[in-house]
Amino acid sequence: MAEVLFFLVAAGALAGAIGTVSVPNPFYSVLALVCHLLCLALLFLLLRAEFVAAAQVVVYAGAVMVLYMFVVAYVGGSEMPVGPQGSRSMRLGSIVFAAVLFVELAIAILGTGLKALGTEGAGIGADGVARAGDSPYGTPEQIGELLLTKFLLPFEIASFLLLIAAVGAVTLARRRGGLHDGEEQRITPLDFVRPRSTGTMAEAVGTRPNATTRERAGLTSGAASGGTTETEDR
Amino acid sequence: MAIEWYLVVSALIFSIGAGGVLTRRNPLVVLLCLELMLNAANLALIAFSRMHGNGDGQIFAVIVMVVAACEVCIGLGVIVAMYRRRLPIDVDELRELQG
Repeated sequence: MAEVLFFLVAAGALAGAIGTVSVPNPFYSVLALVCHLLCLALLFLLLRAEFVAAAQVVVYAGAVMVLYMFVVAYVGGSEMPVGPQGSRSMRLGSIVFAAVLFVELAIAILGTGLKALGTEGAGIGADGVARAGDSPYGTPEQIGELLLTKFLLPFEIASFLLLIAAVGAVTLARRRGGLHDGEEQRITPLDFVRPRSTGTMAEAVGTRPNATTRERAGLTSGAASGGTTETEDR
Repeated sequence: MAIEWYLVVSALIFSIGAGGVLTRRNPLVVLLCLELMLNAANLALIAFSRMHGNGDGQIFAVIVMVVAACEVCIGLGVIVAMYRRRLPIDVDELRELQG
């Protein structure tokens, strides 16, 4: 049963990966990657890593891919030629490079003297408990215990890295060149001293600007606000 | 399933991602291919974690996920900044590092 599931899910993951690389439209590329990530989460489940599989689905296939979707929609996922400019030889070269890389990795993996190759991994027991006293393998309990005891420093560094990345992204994607039209707003001390509208008859008729007319006229252009202040003085 | 099957699938996904990084010109798709490579590394890490029977490899995979999220954040910020400055969204056209 596990073998059948493994081959089905691995085929799905590989199909998703090939689709991500080869589809011309970035939008469909993102969708293929979502399919690939879901298949990968199933592979994690087959390896008994339940917490990482859940995090993969929620964080990766959920949040990160939605971010990608937003940027693809913003930039306008224009269809582009897949290969490098013009030359077919470059494209062929990169495919050959990928094939050579795979063969090299396969030799490196299968040629090592890892003891667990050919086995199903270390014995973790039927219910996931290797030894008495250990928390079950792959559960949030075990991950949380490890993160807060043995790997506390990497955990803190990762959180700091996330903070730096968030600040950096805001700095990078921020609008340059100051404020644009309609965004300028001056705050003077008079605004705090005097109320914007005092509720008099003149404001209701319209000869004296109240809050709404001042907002409509005063913030759009300086000339209009000058005109209304003249009428206000009269 | 034996562990080496997972490692071979991971190597295959990594190679596909590397080929995609070399082949594609749209920086968005290049970032997606980087995600593929990181996920292949995650699969290998979790397979090794299963091999040893302790959770250290899973912690490593979670940290890799955090780093991948940071990379996506910065990469998409750069792409949005490129779009704002009317630069071509094409990695072959962007050869200079000056602002």
